[in-house]
Amino acid sequence: MIQTPMPAAARPTKALPAKALPAAAGLGFKPEHFEAIAASRPALGFFEVHAENYMGAGGPPHRMLEALRRDYALSLHGVGLSIGGPGRLDRDHLMRLRALIDRYQPESFSEHLAWSSHGEAYLNDLLPLPYTPETLRLVCDHIDEVQEVLGVRMLLENPSTYVIFEQSSIAETDFLAEIARATGCGLLLDVNNVFVSCTNHRADPRAYLADFPLARVGEIHLGGHAEEELPSGPLLIDAHGSPVADPVWALYAEVIGRTGALPTLIEWDNDVPEFPVLLAEAERAGRVLTAAREGADVRAC
Amino acid sequence: MSAHADLIAAFHAGLGGGALPPGVTARDPSEAERRFAVYRNNVAHSLGRALAARYPVIERLVGAEYFTALAAVYLGAHPPRSPVLIDFGAEFPDFLAAFPPLGALPYLRDVARIEAARGRAYHAADRAPVAPARLAQAGAAPGAARLALHPSVQIEHARYAARSIWAANQPGAPEIPAIDPARPEISLILRDAGDRVLVLPLGPGDAAMLAALMRGGTVLQAATEGAAAHDPEHDPGALIALLARAGAITEITTEIITETEDSR
Repeated sequence: MIQTPMPAAARPTKALPAKALPAAAGLGFKPEHFEAIAASRPALGFFEVHAENYMGAGGPPHRMLEALRRDYALSLHGVGLSIGGPGRLDRDHLMRLRALIDRYQPESFSEHLAWSSHGEAYLNDLLPLPYTPETLRLVCDHIDEVQEVLGVRMLLENPSTYVIFEQSSIAETDFLAEIARATGCGLLLDVNNVFVSCTNHRADPRAYLADFPLARVGEIHLGGHAEEELPSGPLLIDAHGSPVADPVWALYAEVIGRTGALPTLIEWDNDVPEFPVLLAEAERAGRVLTAAREGADVRAC
Repeated sequence: MSAHADLIAAFHAGLGGGALPPGVTARDPSEAERRFAVYRNNVAHSLGRALAARYPVIERLVGAEYFTALAAVYLGAHPPRSPVLIDFGAEFPDFLAAFPPLGALPYLRDVARIEAARGRAYHAADRAPVAPARLAQAGAAPGAARLALHPSVQIEHARYAARSIWAANQPGAPEIPAIDPARPEISLILRDAGDRVLVLPLGPGDAAMLAALMRGGTVLQAATEGAAAHDPEHDPGALIALLARAGAITEITTEIITETEDSR
């Protein structure tokens, strides 16, 4: 009897290397902070870098990353794979990612539920997609390919969005849960993105988090947002150019109260302040994590 | 095409100024256009900043506001083709030269070429310099010695005083001296052993000799080409010493290539 090939969604999850970031606070690395970090060697759980900034042949970026790698756990965060796009994944880009992973052996690789390329053009932004059976299949196929080529279990990050699609027939939380179930990937929960998207779409972030498959979360992101005013109320922009907002700290503490300590990244990519300002944000996250470990009442410290 | 492919094509067209893509909406649908504009702005702003990061002196010379508009026109013609933005903006110098409104600033292309070369030098592959003892060896046999130079080494021939203009527009540069922009300049761009990207003046004799070395000529052949430039300031020993100090000589081969009857 001829065996029918197993459909992609029913494929058994392959045993991929199970490395993990430490359940502590980490920072997005900015080259202008390299001297301050090298001089003070702050007690941080990990550093995260955008993979695409380390795809040159050589030079100072690699020297800095090698030095960081020696002292810290490393999270490699991609922004250019366009996992939510309709086309095939860029094979050259996948191979560049693989070379980086082979060279630096990061504890984690993550990417976004978004698209950023169309045709030959790269748009340098994380653009939204509707949640439909078609896009679910597409994203799952792309993640299967990523995990197969890179040989690691990836984390997929929930997006910040400013519009919604009439085409969507699946809730974002269900969409992410199904992707994680079908591909075996983990999730990166960006709590600021939850707050931004829910505010923008007049939804309750606590209801969103109640539906979020928290057991799949391998890392948390916290970042600052900007605010504009629309006739119907605020429009929040995921700008990464300011401290984490108080309502986001409160949501974060609630999540950690439920999940226990998780690797937590502070993202600050624009109008980057002096290193001590970033470090203070990481220490604030660290206090929430410590409280969770000690079983204390976890509130935004 | 699939429904998703159609939608993303419409979304992309919308980002470039086309109509709101079908199905894009908001809880208050009257706000859909305004919200979609956030994506339009993000794409234009982030790529404009990426271009400015590569060409900061051009931004300074034309002004930030003008540069933003210029970047938008450039992006329309030359969108990035790769998520690796290290290579983005390679066509910008030639774009500047062919952009009629900037006809009064003909030196912009040459200045932009220096900035592009610096970017390439910064990210060029790593190669360790040769040991000083090997350098002495080469000096003893200039007719046989060929030098491999660091991948960051580049020569820029400018019709205008591009290096002087570039240097005068560095942060913290002293009072801008009087520059005759119409004076041609040649520059050597490289990343030295301390990871600094240098932009150094090069005379016509030095440039001819360096170009010959980069083509794989022997030190003697290169020096001959340097001498042919009739440049009174050219000193082959000084050029080799400069390259050696910068750590730009990464290999020396002294294999004597003899032409035999068979190879003719």
